[in-house]
Amino acid sequence: MSRPQADGLPSGLAPRVVAFCDELRREGLAVGTSEILDAFEALETVPWEREDDFREALAATVAKSQEDRRVFELLFDRFFFRAAEWEALGRGIGEGRRYEGGERLEIDELREAVRQAIAEGRDGEMRDLARLAISAFGRGGEGSGVIGVDVQRIRRTLGLQAQGGRTDGEEPALDREQINRFERHLRRELERALIERTEKLPSSRPLAELDRALPTSPAQDLAAVHRAVAQLKRRLATLGHERRGRRRGAAVDMRRTMRASLETGGVPLRLKHRPRHPRRPEIYVLCDVSTSVTSASVFFLSVLHALHDSFRKLRSFVFIERISEITDVFERERDFRTISERISREGGVADVSGYTDYGRVWLEFLEQIVDDLGPRSTVIVLGDARTNGREPHAEVFASVCERAGRTFWLNPEPRLYWNYGDSVMAAYERHCTAAFECWTTRHLEGFVNVVAGGTPLD
Amino acid sequence: MPETPQPSSVADVKEALGRAGYLADEPAALVAYLAQRLGKPVLVEGPAGVGKTELAKALSRATERHLIRLQCYEGLDEAKALYEWNYRKQLLRIQAESGTDAERASWEAVHGDIFAEEFLLTRPLLQAIASTEPVVLLIDEIDKTDQEFEAMLLEVLSDFQISIPELGVIEARTHPIVVLTSNNSRELTEALKRRCLYLWLDYPEVEREMEIVRLHSPEIDERLARRLVEVVHMVRQLDLKKPPSIAESIDWARALLLLGADDLDSAVFERTMSIIVKHRTDMDLVAERVGVKLGGARLDVETAG
Repeated sequence: MSRPQADGLPSGLAPRVVAFCDELRREGLAVGTSEILDAFEALETVPWEREDDFREALAATVAKSQEDRRVFELLFDRFFFRAAEWEALGRGIGEGRRYEGGERLEIDELREAVRQAIAEGRDGEMRDLARLAISAFGRGGEGSGVIGVDVQRIRRTLGLQAQGGRTDGEEPALDREQINRFERHLRRELERALIERTEKLPSSRPLAELDRALPTSPAQDLAAVHRAVAQLKRRLATLGHERRGRRRGAAVDMRRTMRASLETGGVPLRLKHRPRHPRRPEIYVLCDVSTSVTSASVFFLSVLHALHDSFRKLRSFVFIERISEITDVFERERDFRTISERISREGGVADVSGYTDYGRVWLEFLEQIVDDLGPRSTVIVLGDARTNGREPHAEVFASVCERAGRTFWLNPEPRLYWNYGDSVMAAYERHCTAAFECWTTRHLEGFVNVVAGGTPLD
Repeated sequence: MPETPQPSSVADVKEALGRAGYLADEPAALVAYLAQRLGKPVLVEGPAGVGKTELAKALSRATERHLIRLQCYEGLDEAKALYEWNYRKQLLRIQAESGTDAERASWEAVHGDIFAEEFLLTRPLLQAIASTEPVVLLIDEIDKTDQEFEAMLLEVLSDFQISIPELGVIEARTHPIVVLTSNNSRELTEALKRRCLYLWLDYPEVEREMEIVRLHSPEIDERLARRLVEVVHMVRQLDLKKPPSIAESIDWARALLLLGADDLDSAVFERTMSIIVKHRTDMDLVAERVGVKLGGARLDVETAG
């Protein structure tokens, strides 16, 4: 074996599939040993020299949600591309200097051809043109060495503009999706050239958040949020179930009593009660989405998203100057990104200034749901209580709290900053069942713990 | 467990499903094939109306197995899904015994008696497990149930057995093909997903949906079918409360045939729109966005010709 083994991949199908699953795990998919066993069992029954069947069989056994499937596709391409290149390297198969004619090609001609291919969405042609473009720009061998930089340079020189971007008038805009595909070809070809040149595989990086197309926010590590939210979901899902045993219902269940009496020869010695169905709590969540809490609102929206999975009777509201119910957005959309887009598009919560007006929000909230609030309702407010000097209407908030069974306030600011500047937290905190600072996932867990009846974390 | 005939390739399954009136795409055919070969349950997710339930029905027709269906809903419990003792009959039995005073049967005998299979009301899951013929078990809209119910399913799905305290463990005599469907209204538990093969079904491409429509209403003109499917796709692009399903495209095609329409202009569209759009607000939106377009397209044709 002369091939360098340092950053290589294991050879043979089985170890590679395991290595692939391992990579999936690193991206957060729950691939257990049982899934891997299933995958092997499935692969045995399909002709694995056909890529589509191989891919689908593997996907059906290890990627168990649409989200997982997307990550799977991204990784599958990358992993098996790397594997193929590695194999080629080991056997000394190279393509040599490619597309020598590239330098002679007129740039304008090439640009026109690329635009044509992109507009018509012809995949194979795009691939060939990507190679041509790379060699035409003389970067086939000695580019900047950073693939991302090269891709952007080539794209700029070719003048590829997506729809929505400003076009110079005479050139029609291209579909963003198609341009991305062309970029992927560019990236791949550059990578291939790099592997051939250096004769080793570049180290595999985890997928960038951008690749996974999840929303990004400046301050929060979103993966961590999602993990915490998943945990929160489990806690919330089991919440209230312990009541089932303790508080036996008072109504006698005739059918079950009779049935129990069979054991005692038809004499009803033991009374059976109808189990009281656990009452699902009604939850109202109000979420501030103004600019002062921008970094926190992505976090809060993902919390809301998780809550919607666990509770049927959950109504969500977002507010800035006015309040707007977004329950049906959450009910209809599953994808987090679409949800945040839709909320920003049609929330209709900003009026003129874009500054939060808590007083008005309480008035509107109370007006909208005054009849629905009851002792079983829980109100959760996510916001910083900064009124921008407007009337806080604490007395309206107090009447909301009075009607609702429990009211919690989660504030994305550290407790230290409460009541400084225009924060009127104290006025509201008095009426809440409890108020929490909540700017890390740990705080969120603490909140869940308290709500679930545990003790607060330190 | 006796061996049941198994398909030899993905293409076979695809063809069999096709003969049963279901045009499966590659992933669907492959998963259906794997389900039979590996004997694992399939979890099918996707938006409403893409043919998740139909896949199970087609599988049952293609494999000539009975279809046993468990429709899930909130509050579904074991008594409705697994089995229940027929206590009325048990009571009758006891009374019948005690009537013959002379030779009062011993308690032991009666006890053994009333917990026999005769007094068992089988519900879909037990039916599927206890069936002597191989079956297809469809557990529809699993996301409507509680997590507890999912946990209960685990025994059935992984070991194909049901424990009844009074009778012991009932094991499957044949290996059922199990299909679970979910509209993805909530996240299912990891434990359940772990035991299943996963299939995501989405609305089909124009070409495939056309084939489906023409399979179910063969008399329809190809040009009209294409136009119809394109319009349905346009409608699905809009942000509707309930986007039209495949079944509704088929219904629409049949309706157009009945009306004798040979083209889809805005007048015909407006009259028959209610077949594919079923919400007041949706109808306004569709009429505004799609209806106008159709009219425009027709005008173009007229001025051109």
